[in-house]
This record gives sequence, C-alpha cells and structure tokens, in this order.
Amino acid sequence: MTLKTQNGKTYRLKIPADSKNLDIIRKFISGISENMGFPDEEIYKIELAVDEACANVVKHAYLTNSREDRIINIEARDKKDRLEIVIFDKGKGFDPKKVKKPDILEYMKKMKRGGLGIYLIKALMDQVSFRIKAGVRNEVRMVKFLKE
Amino acid sequence: MEKFQVLRSDKKDISVLNIKGYLDAHTAPDFEKSLKTLLTEQRYKIVVDLNGLQYISSAGLGVFMGFVEEIRENAGDIKICSASQKVYKVFDLLGFPSLYEFFDNPEEAAGKFKKIQG
Repeated sequence: MTLKTQNGKTYRLKIPADSKNLDIIRKFISGISENMGFPDEEIYKIELAVDEACANVVKHAYLTNSREDRIINIEARDKKDRLEIVIFDKGKGFDPKKVKKPDILEYMKKMKRGGLGIYLIKALMDQVSFRIKAGVRNEVRMVKFLKE
Repeated sequence: MEKFQVLRSDKKDISVLNIKGYLDAHTAPDFEKSLKTLLTEQRYKIVVDLNGLQYISSAGLGVFMGFVEEIRENAGDIKICSASQKVYKVFDLLGFPSLYEFFDNPEEAAGKFKKIQG
C-alpha cells in the first residue's frame, strides 16, 4: 500500500485489486472524509460508493491479467467544499450506458447478484462520471459536496 | 475492523442467522455458505438478524437475492430484523422493503412464520 499526501490536499492509494483490501480502502477514504468534516451518514455513503467501485474492479476488470498487474488506484482530492474521488484501473473496462436501475424482482428471478454497484454509486454520490479506455485507463469519478 | 461472523441458532423449524461485522465482497461468500448449508438441510424458514452488522455493500445484498426464490418455492422465507438505520438505508435504496419483511427483533420476525402456520 502506498499512501502519500501531495500538496496537502491530494491523497493517493495504490493497492492490489483483491477483495481483502476493501477494508483498507474504506478506512483510507473514511479517514479523509472524516478529516474534511463530513457527518457520519455522509462518510458511510462515500465509503460505500468507493467500496462498490473497487469491488467492481476486483470482480470484473482484470480477469485476464497476471496477478501482479491487478492494481486499483484511488485519488482523493480535498477541495474544501467537496471531496473528489477518482478510481482507475487498467483492466478491460465496461460500458456505463448499459448499467440501468436494477429491477429487483427481475434480479431475484434470475438469481443475479452483480450490477447493483454502479446504481448504488449514483444514488450515494452527488456527481458520478465514467471515462473508459479499455486496457489503458478506466476511470470512475465521483464527487460529494460538503454541505454547510 | 470487527471480524465478520455468522452465528446460527435453530428453534424448531426456524433458523436464525445473526450476521455481525462488515459484510462486503470479501465476506459475502461466508454468509452465502451459511445460507447454502440451511438449504441443504432443507431449512427454509430463515431469520437474518442484523444485530451487530455495521456495514453492508451490494455484494452482501446479492446473497439475499440469490437464494430467496428457492426458499419461497419451498414454503419458506427470509425475514430480516434488527437492521441499524444506516444498514437499512442501503436495503432501502435498492428496493428491498418491497420484497422482504423487516422487523425490530428476531422474536417478532420468527413470530411471523408461526402466524402463517397457525
């Protein structure tokens, strides 16, 4: 794990894409959110949104890469009035347009278990955007505003 | 982090699984295993007690969805109880309250099974 503070405001975490690291990732992001003064309820949302994005990388991004190439990068930028988080990987990418609001009944019937993450991220954060360049850089960017 | 745990207790034909700690993509397979064990034993009346569950992500919610149909086909159900406010909020965001019944405590949840029987 690399944890650096640059310019006092940007925090970076580079970590193997392994589900056992989700705990460390959550602690990283909740620590930053807490220091910025987000209330507990918002910290929980940020933590969950980041967990979902990283769990997706663990599960889907790197199916064909060798183990040592499977890396998640997280950048958290403290912009005073908001926290900007960029999560990126070099995996196979995905089409964000194909992710729709899940129909829970349909899910139950198909015993489908994935696909809820992106929906949750959008529901939990104030802004969410994607930039996908398969194999090069797949990026999820999310923002949470600090309300006075 | 509090270690993820699944504690099981059986009372007649009802099984209570108390899940504690953090339920995420890493720990969801443990919860899934416990539910699968109940199904292998043909125990379909299940209460999932969330007392002590501090965190849930969609990987954890997926486990509930993966089994509920089989359980209901066998005249059983999953009743959920003792969710903290923040954990309940995640269930709520994904529309779970329209599919699952939530209760304040395991006794109330188990009582619902008995009513159906009587």
